[in-house]
Amino acid sequence: MQTMNGAQLIIKLLERQSIDKIAGIPGGANLPLYDALCESQTIRHILCRHEQGAGFLAQGIARATGGAGVCFATSGPGATNILTAIADAYLDSIPVVCITGQVPASLIGTDAFQEVDTYGMTIPITKHNYLVRKAEDLLHIIPRAFELALSGRPGPVLIDVPKDVQVAEVSFEKWPTPGSRQEQPPADMERLRAAADMINRAKRPVLCLGGGIIHAGASEEAKGLIERGSIPATMTLMGLGSLPADHYLSMGMLGMHAARSTNIALQDCDLFIAAGARFDDRATGKIVEFCPEANVIHMDIDPAEVSKLKAAHIGLVGDVKQTLGKLIPLITPNEREIWRNQIEVLQETYPMTSPEATVPDKPYGLILKVAELLDEDGFVATDVGKHQMWTAQVFPFNRPRQLLTSGGLGTMGFGLPAAIGASLAYPDKTVVLFTGDGSLQMNIQELATAVEQDLNVKIIVMNNNSLGLVRQQQNLFYQKQIFASDFQIDIDFAAIAKGFGMKAYNAEPGCDLDQLFEKVLGQPGPCLINIPIAKEEEVYPMVPPGASNSEMLGGCNAEQCK
Amino acid sequence: MRNSANNTIKAQGKDMTVLELTVNNHPGVMSHICNLFSRRAYNVEGIVCIPIGKGETSRMWLQVNEEVKLEQIIKQVKKQEDVLEVERHDSGHEVFLRLASVV
Repeated sequence: MQTMNGAQLIIKLLERQSIDKIAGIPGGANLPLYDALCESQTIRHILCRHEQGAGFLAQGIARATGGAGVCFATSGPGATNILTAIADAYLDSIPVVCITGQVPASLIGTDAFQEVDTYGMTIPITKHNYLVRKAEDLLHIIPRAFELALSGRPGPVLIDVPKDVQVAEVSFEKWPTPGSRQEQPPADMERLRAAADMINRAKRPVLCLGGGIIHAGASEEAKGLIERGSIPATMTLMGLGSLPADHYLSMGMLGMHAARSTNIALQDCDLFIAAGARFDDRATGKIVEFCPEANVIHMDIDPAEVSKLKAAHIGLVGDVKQTLGKLIPLITPNEREIWRNQIEVLQETYPMTSPEATVPDKPYGLILKVAELLDEDGFVATDVGKHQMWTAQVFPFNRPRQLLTSGGLGTMGFGLPAAIGASLAYPDKTVVLFTGDGSLQMNIQELATAVEQDLNVKIIVMNNNSLGLVRQQQNLFYQKQIFASDFQIDIDFAAIAKGFGMKAYNAEPGCDLDQLFEKVLGQPGPCLINIPIAKEEEVYPMVPPGASNSEMLGGCNAEQCK
Repeated sequence: MRNSANNTIKAQGKDMTVLELTVNNHPGVMSHICNLFSRRAYNVEGIVCIPIGKGETSRMWLQVNEEVKLEQIIKQVKKQEDVLEVERHDSGHEVFLRLASVV
């Protein structure tokens, strides 16, 4: 017979889940939990400076490893602060288990100090959530939370634990089995045959790899299908890395900031195969005009995604790794020379970059230089904005999970804590964070966490002293009325980083950036480099929000496009 | 939730689709289901919920005024952790007919 309090039970159950890191901040309503955590021999607590940082740090661990990330917050403001990171995990299907303290059950509903309805507020942004009513319920809730977070389409699960439940004594005979990912079957054979038949008959097919390929560990199978059928492949932002950027059939990212050639080819394809992708509007543009000529095959583990936005001619519901594995032998090898030639001509006509754009102090140039210097097994995190899109456009991602970026929710402030999480998961690897001055300011307090944990996080601030993508939209679509998107003061980010105890450099105009990158990437520990970028550097091509992907603005040789 | 005059007859349940759900019975389950409908902008005209058996589970009847999105709604409802079973009644359900006689 085991006897302990609810808080000790939670910690023991987390240890049994093999959790070894928890990000969080203590407060009144989760102090029993912290008291129990203090006794743990195997779990290391990462003290963040804001609960949103803790949520993103847990996401960083989850995104880099594929396992569940765990974060703690107290009731009230602790819980509301962590919500953004939970919503972000929900939209990108990231397995996070968040445990929040709550006021004692007897005070729930009385507007007690630091009371908010965490359960009610997290219903729409979690895969599932719990309000724990009895300490013994933890015996099934905690393992089930991990099983839910990791199985099927992954996602965040929140467990709200009133303080009296944390201190209540509970006795039990037997430990529950830890929760684990439950394997899902592939799509059924009849539909697979129909899909194979449709692929074999297609003259101009495109395969689109989404984040689901990465969650399912299906990139080898995806490559198998692509190569057997010579099917050109594009990736969503969340799918980047699932096919190496230099693969001969890779067309890079699709959508709002895709290469012109990719969007043009998609307009002309006769079969669009989505694998673990969900037809997000940033990827498809105006959905009724997306791939107008194409049949659609949609593979997804979540049946609710199939035909949600675009009717699928064939829906393949099931584990995408197994589905692809079963599909490959049914595909007739076919060189598809005409289609590939057509795409090659487009790619030559409309390249993503130009020699002028890839000099070291231009956005593409500095990203490519960092790519050249970063070890093969390094990670890249981004924040949200121009720097994120430039990185997505040109960084040669070559493996799944190499990129950590906020896709669905597009949360500025994601990057720094997520990079810290990845670095904690892989302390021997280097994590480069591309961020902007706007994004960095949204979770800048986590510089303290990076220094305190002494991690190999290299922060590259692409500083245009503005909210760059907002400014770009005002410039393009609001009659150049630039309002509330230019910052009025110059911030010395290097001085701020130094104030946190971090090594930092300001790249002066004309300085040798290559040398600076080499120096920074060659030394251990956290470091920040602030690099001025002209406000006028825009992200092109760009599909106007709400427009068809055929209506791109700018980019190399745009004038050649009728 | 929406109600319009020309739907009054329909709202009494004559031919509006009714989804019959078996759900885990706990204090948050109604919130979960109602939140799903409001968040995804699905129209519900009527809801009836009552505990069944020993009270471990409940039965819910949702009168759904959505033709195009119906398949999507059913898929989303089935995804809910607390939903154990979903049954679809395309020609309505007597629960609403009987209720209509007392309101």
